[in-house]
Amino acid sequence: MKLTLWTYEGPPHVGAMRVATGMKGLHYVLHAPQGDTYADLLFTMIERRDHRPPVTYTTFQARDLGGDTATLFKTACQDAVDRFAPEALIVGASCTAELIQDDPAGLAESMDLGIPVIPLDLPSYQRKEGFGTDETFLQIVRHLAKPIARSAQITANLIGPTALGFRHRDDIVEITRLLADMGINVSVCAPMGARPSDIARLGAAHFNVLMYPEHAESAARWLETNCKQPYTKCVPIGVGATHDFLAEVAAITGLPIKSDTSRLRLPWWTRSVDSTYLTGKRVFVFGDGTHVAAAARIARDEMGFEVAGLGCFNREMARPIRALAKDYGVEALITDDYLEVEAAIAALHPEMILGTQMERHIGKRLGIPCAVISAPVHVQDFPARYSPQMGWEGANVIFDTWVHPLVMGLEEHLLHMFRDDFEFHDEAGASHHGGQHIARPASAEATPAAAAATEAGSMPAEIATVVEETATDSNVIWLSDAEKELRKIPFFVRGKARRNTEKYAEGKGLTRISIETLYEAKAHYAR
Amino acid sequence: MTGTLPALGCTNTPVLKERGQREVFCGLTGIIWLHRKMQDAFFLVVGSRTCAHLLQSAAGVMIFAEPRFGTAILEEKDLAGLVDAQAELDREVARLLSRRPDIRQLFLVGSCPSEVIKLDLHRAAERMSAAHAPHVRVLNYSGSGIETTFTQGEDACLAAMVPALAHSEAREVLIVGALPDVVEDQALALLAAMGITNVRCLPARRSADAPQVGENTVFALVQPFLGDTHAALLRRGARHIAAPFPFGAEGTTLWLQAIAHEFGVPQAVFDAVIAAPRARAEKAIAAARQTLDGKSIFFFPDSQLEIPLARFLTRECGMTALEVGTPFLHRDLLAPELALLAAGPVISEGQDVDKQLARARAARADLTVCGLGLANPLEAEGMATKWAIELVFTPVHFYEQAGDLAALFARPLRRRALLAPLAPRMEAAE
Repeated sequence: MKLTLWTYEGPPHVGAMRVATGMKGLHYVLHAPQGDTYADLLFTMIERRDHRPPVTYTTFQARDLGGDTATLFKTACQDAVDRFAPEALIVGASCTAELIQDDPAGLAESMDLGIPVIPLDLPSYQRKEGFGTDETFLQIVRHLAKPIARSAQITANLIGPTALGFRHRDDIVEITRLLADMGINVSVCAPMGARPSDIARLGAAHFNVLMYPEHAESAARWLETNCKQPYTKCVPIGVGATHDFLAEVAAITGLPIKSDTSRLRLPWWTRSVDSTYLTGKRVFVFGDGTHVAAAARIARDEMGFEVAGLGCFNREMARPIRALAKDYGVEALITDDYLEVEAAIAALHPEMILGTQMERHIGKRLGIPCAVISAPVHVQDFPARYSPQMGWEGANVIFDTWVHPLVMGLEEHLLHMFRDDFEFHDEAGASHHGGQHIARPASAEATPAAAAATEAGSMPAEIATVVEETATDSNVIWLSDAEKELRKIPFFVRGKARRNTEKYAEGKGLTRISIETLYEAKAHYAR
Repeated sequence: MTGTLPALGCTNTPVLKERGQREVFCGLTGIIWLHRKMQDAFFLVVGSRTCAHLLQSAAGVMIFAEPRFGTAILEEKDLAGLVDAQAELDREVARLLSRRPDIRQLFLVGSCPSEVIKLDLHRAAERMSAAHAPHVRVLNYSGSGIETTFTQGEDACLAAMVPALAHSEAREVLIVGALPDVVEDQALALLAAMGITNVRCLPARRSADAPQVGENTVFALVQPFLGDTHAALLRRGARHIAAPFPFGAEGTTLWLQAIAHEFGVPQAVFDAVIAAPRARAEKAIAAARQTLDGKSIFFFPDSQLEIPLARFLTRECGMTALEVGTPFLHRDLLAPELALLAAGPVISEGQDVDKQLARARAARADLTVCGLGLANPLEAEGMATKWAIELVFTPVHFYEQAGDLAALFARPLRRRALLAPLAPRMEAAE
C-alpha cells in the first residue's frame, strides 16, 4: 500500500484508451464499474475532442457481483459491435474488474463477433499508463500486422503518437515534412489516425519512425523481428537530435540527407548576443524519459545551460535516464512522488525548471520559472497554434517556450543596476510578471519588521513563506547592515543569495553574517 | 396533460428506469468539496491508481501543495495476501497523521477494489479511532462506483457521521448538507432574523463544532441526495421537516417557510425577513429569464439535483423540461418537488447512455445539461450544453445565489448567440 496524493501517470487502462481514442474504427470494451467513465473527460475536456472516446464501459454494480457480470460483459460487447460497427475490438478489465476475474478475453473470443477481438492484459496493480499505451499498441500490431510486400517507393510508418499526447498532433506534421524533404512518404501513422485496416498494412513500409518509445517501443521491436523493419532510435527533438535522426534515416534508406533548414531559427537565436544571459543558467529537468533526454541535450548543447539535475517519472525509462545522468555528472531522480521532486528542486535551487505541469506548480511555490516539456498533459498543452516539439520548427518552439519564463537579459541588467530605483524595485516586480506596479513609499528606511513585511508583500504569499522558513531554519543571525545589503539584491535571486550565504556561513562555523560574509559567499559561489 | 391535476405535477408520472452504461462520476468525487468544507478532515481513499487519477482529474489538485485527501493505492502484494492489508493501512495512517498534526477527523473511504476484496474499513476505523483518540476521530464510508453515484458519496459520508454525533435533548434545528461557508452564513442569518438561533450544521466546518442530535432535533435537508443521512437521523430520533429544496426564490421561500412554521414564527415576521432578499433574487432571476424564457431543456442524470433544478427553471425562468434524468429518484424526499414540477417531461432514473443520447438528439433541446465527457461531443453536433458538475461546484443555494444559478444556464445560450457569426464558417470547414 502506498499513499499517493497526486500521480504522474494514470492506470494502464487509461493508456489503452489513449491508443483506442487516437485510432479510428477501433472500439474498446472495458469491463469496469460506474465512475471509471471519468476518463472520457480527459479526452473531451483536456484535448477538446469533439467525439466521445470509443469506449463502452460495462458499468457493473455491487448487486451484479453475486450474479452474472460475465453476461453483462458479453451484452456490452454485442451492443458495441452492433452500434458502432468497428473493424476490430479491444477488450480488457479495469482495476476492479481484474479482481472479479471474468476473463474478458475468453468471453469475447467465444462470441464470434465477426471482427478481430484483441484481448488486453494490463495488470492494474503493478503497472501504469505508459505501460498501458505500449502494451495495447503491441497487442493491436501483433494481432493485425503481417509481413507484406514492401511499397515500391521508400516509405516509413510513424509509430507512437496517441490521444492525450504531449504535442503529438503537431509532431506528426513536422516529421512528415522532414521525411518528405528526403523524398520519403509516410505510409501509416499509428496509433493516431490509423484504422485497424491500416495496422494490417504496416509491413509495407521500409522502416518505422519510433516517435515516442514510451508508447510504441515494444511494437517497433515486434515489427523489426516479424516484418524485418528497422526503426529509428533517435527522437528528433532539438537541432542536434534532428540532424542525428536524419543521418539515421539516411543510413537506413541509403538516401542522401536532404532537409530544408530555412525555417530553423534556434541556432542563430541562441548565438545572438541578447542570449548571452542564458549562459550557465542552472536547470532541473524532469518528465517522461524521452522528453527529459531530449531536453537535457538541448539545454546543455543548444542553449548553453548547465543541467543541475534530471530525472523521470516512468520507471520503464530508469536505466537510460540513469546512464544519461552519469554523462551530465548528476544523480538521476527516478520517482513518481512529486513531493520527492519538489524536495530535490528545493535542495538544488536551480534557476529554471524544465518539467511537467506539476513542476510548473512546484516552481510557482518555490519562485522558480518553469517551462513545460512533457506529459502529463494539461489543457494548456493543447494550444490552438501549431507548436511541435520535433524537427526544425520544434526547436524554434522550444527556444521560445524556454526563454519566455525567464527574466530577459537586458531587463536583468537593469534590475541589477537600478535595484534601488524608486520605480524599479522589489515591490514593482518584473514587467512581464504582470504584478501591480506600486511606487515605493518615500521612507525607504523602514523598521526591520516592516521591511520583512514589505519583502513578503513583494512576492506571492507561498513564496514568502518559503523565504521566512529558510530564514528561521538557520541558526545564523543576519547583522542589520548585511540584511540591508541583501535587500538590495533583486528579489528573484535574493532567496538563493540568502540560502547560499547562510550555507557558507554555517560551513565556516560563523554565527553572524556581516556584509563581508555576504560578499565572501558571493565570491565563493561565483561561477 | 389536461387530465392531470396541477397540484399533482409529476407525482404520478411513470418513471423511465434504465440500466446500462452510466456516464457519471462515482461517490469518491464528493471528497473534492467535502474536504474544503471540513477544514480539519483528511479523506483517505483505500483504492487503486484509478481512484487517485479520478480525484486529481476531477479536482485539478495540482493547485494544492499538499491536499487533504489522498489514496492508499493497493498493490499486488496487498491483494495476494502477502502482506496484511490492515497492518499496511495502520502504518500509512500513522505516518500520515504524524506528518499532519492539524488533522482531527480522518475518513477511510472505500472504493470499488476495497469493496470487492472486502477490506473491512469499519473495523479499521474503530481500531484507529482507539489508537489515535482523542486527537483524531476515524470514520469510514464507501464512495465506490459499484455502490454510489457522484453526490451519493456526500450522503454516505454524512450518514457515517450521524451515529458518532453526541446525544442531546435540546430542541435544535439541524441544517444537513455541505454548503459553501458564505451560503451557510446567509441561511443562518435569515433564520436568526426570524428568531431561530438554535441552528447547527452537518457537516460542521471543524470537528469541535460537530452538532448533537436527539429526539428534540428537527432537521432540514439542503440537498436532495441525502437519503441515507435522512434515514440515519431518523434512527437517532430526529424529525425531518419536509420541503422543496432551497433553489431559486420560490424554493428558498418554501424551505424557510417550513422551518419558520415548525418554530411558530409569525407570518408578518417571516414576510419582513425575506422581503428584501427575495426581491433581490427575483430581480436577478429576471435578468437571466430574458435568455431562458421559452427555451427547452434536457437533463442527463448527474447529481440528483436535476428535479429541483427543473422545477426552478420551469417555474421561475420560463423554460420547458423535455427529459429530467436523475441517477436515483428518492421519492419521499422529492415528493414536494415532484408536486411542483408540471407534468410533461419524461422522468428517467438511471442511465443507458447511448439510448439516452439518441433521445437527446431526437429532442434537440435548446439546452442539454450533461457531464463533461458528453458536453464537447454534443456541442460539436450543434447542441448547446451546460456542464452539470458546475451546478455542484458553484454556490447556487438560497436567495443571493438564485440569480447566479439562473445565469449558469443562461450563459451557454448567450455565448452561442455572441458567437453566431462564426458558426456558418465553422460548419463549412467540417
